[in-house]
Amino acid sequence: MNKSNKLWDTVKYISLVLAAFAILFPPYIIVVNAFKTKDEFHTKSTISMPDSFLYLKNFSQAFKQADMLNAFGNTLFIIAVTLILNILIGSAFCYAVGRFNFRFKGPLVGLFLFATIIPAITTQVVNYKTIQALGLTNNLMGPVLIYVGADILQIYIYLQFIRNIPNELDESAMLEGASLIRIFRSIIFPLLAPATATIVILKTISIYNDMFIPLLYLPRAEHVVVSTSLMRFFGVNSGDWQMIASAILIIMIPTAILYLFLQKYIFAGVTSGAVK
Amino acid sequence: MFSRLPFKTQKNYVIIGFVALPLLLLLTFAYYPALELIRLSFTSWDGLSPNKPWIGWSNYKEVFSNPAIFGVFKHNFAYFAVGIVQNIAAIYFAVVLNSKLKGKNFFRLLLFLPYILNGVAVAYLFGYVFDTTNGSLNYLLGQLGFDALSKTSWLGNGSFVNYTLASIGFWRFMGFNMVIYLAALQSIPNDIYEAASIDGANGWQKFIRITLPNIYKIIELNLFLTVTGALEVFDLPYILTKGGPAGSSETFVMKIVETAFQFNNYGLASAMSVVLLFFVVIVLSIQRFLLKGKGE
Repeated sequence: MNKSNKLWDTVKYISLVLAAFAILFPPYIIVVNAFKTKDEFHTKSTISMPDSFLYLKNFSQAFKQADMLNAFGNTLFIIAVTLILNILIGSAFCYAVGRFNFRFKGPLVGLFLFATIIPAITTQVVNYKTIQALGLTNNLMGPVLIYVGADILQIYIYLQFIRNIPNELDESAMLEGASLIRIFRSIIFPLLAPATATIVILKTISIYNDMFIPLLYLPRAEHVVVSTSLMRFFGVNSGDWQMIASAILIIMIPTAILYLFLQKYIFAGVTSGAVK
Repeated sequence: MFSRLPFKTQKNYVIIGFVALPLLLLLTFAYYPALELIRLSFTSWDGLSPNKPWIGWSNYKEVFSNPAIFGVFKHNFAYFAVGIVQNIAAIYFAVVLNSKLKGKNFFRLLLFLPYILNGVAVAYLFGYVFDTTNGSLNYLLGQLGFDALSKTSWLGNGSFVNYTLASIGFWRFMGFNMVIYLAALQSIPNDIYEAASIDGANGWQKFIRITLPNIYKIIELNLFLTVTGALEVFDLPYILTKGGPAGSSETFVMKIVETAFQFNNYGLASAMSVVLLFFVVIVLSIQRFLLKGKGE
């Protein structure tokens, strides 16, 4: 019994170390090469350390050449507007549905839940035409509308959450003469904050990492977002791996930092988002 | 002003005001496109002209009889196969990280890390790993003495390029699956294990008799994500191989995008989308059906 436990412990650690190696090896290569000069890159082996981690010229050049200031600005704009709309519309909808009974409520909620089986990637052929008809191709609001309209993650999360807010709060506020709008604004919405945090985190990551929608709806250079900026940059610099490595790092770092600070919420959010 | 209205009237305003906009969005961007897709799939619309000539089932005949279209699903199969292995690895690591272990928070943090990284950046990251001449994988293989293997063109060989690409998906999503499994494992009450220990069950028996049945639902969920993920692959091959060499890593979604937006054959692209949609619905229905059969 004891012997097999020890063996199992050893197996566990060996497998974890192997997994850690497999995960860290590709980013390690990128990190060491992003700080190399062109000469260094061609004379040294790929896995060796650079002469200096203070050689930052690749980064500044990549940042400028890939138009990343613009890309980060556009991405941030899309994320911010999407989040504001998602949170406002989603929480208000769930307040109406979660607190009141009305005719066709069941079918209405069913309609929303059923929509998750329609994969967004299949409907873009038609959505593209809709966005075009609205005059929003080559406009940052096009992707915003797609992200707000076709995804209903926020409705799932808010609906689950609002059930746990006791109805007595609403009732006592009503007795004190608060209007329903006021109850929603000053009682329900603040109490939904943990759900809102989950939605903010999950959507920020998924929009930041998305490439399909911007590729389709924002073909112009001026509307470049983070994902597409890297693709353009690669097209121009392919083969210049020390430059590409630094561009990859610039793009990976923001979510990695977010992850380190918000890991607890991210784990919780991913679990509840997936099990919806 | 609003607060002076009787609650009944307020209620009606709130319901209409708060429901109308999300409903409109849902209908416009989820249901309308799904239905319009079905209608367009019976036409030969070019995406521009005002008339959409009705051609019956011929787009569907084209989808199923043209190996250049339906045969592409063979490429998607690689992602499915690798996805199964990925789930087994995810369950294994979830069990490992759920046991008594030093540094388990660190390993959880690390194994999940790839999931939150930008997909395009991850693709190029592996573009470098798999590069034939400069790539770090071939360098590593050379150092370890596998000289023949170290000249492999990982992304340039049609017979396994899809598996190379799918392995990137493994790297990226294994930790995601694992975190979901881990949450499920943590919700199994500990006293079941203790009772089993008293009855003399060993670790493996406990895994088969207690752990697996208790996470059955989550395994199904993850498998569903794996299957739909495999059906919908787009960005990895689009970025790294553009479908090459010679079309051997093209996926079905790439075909749809190409058919619609490059060849302006919206009718055919719609039929392809409907087929994909149909497959996803079938997979989901099977999952729901199995779930019902198992009670809970």
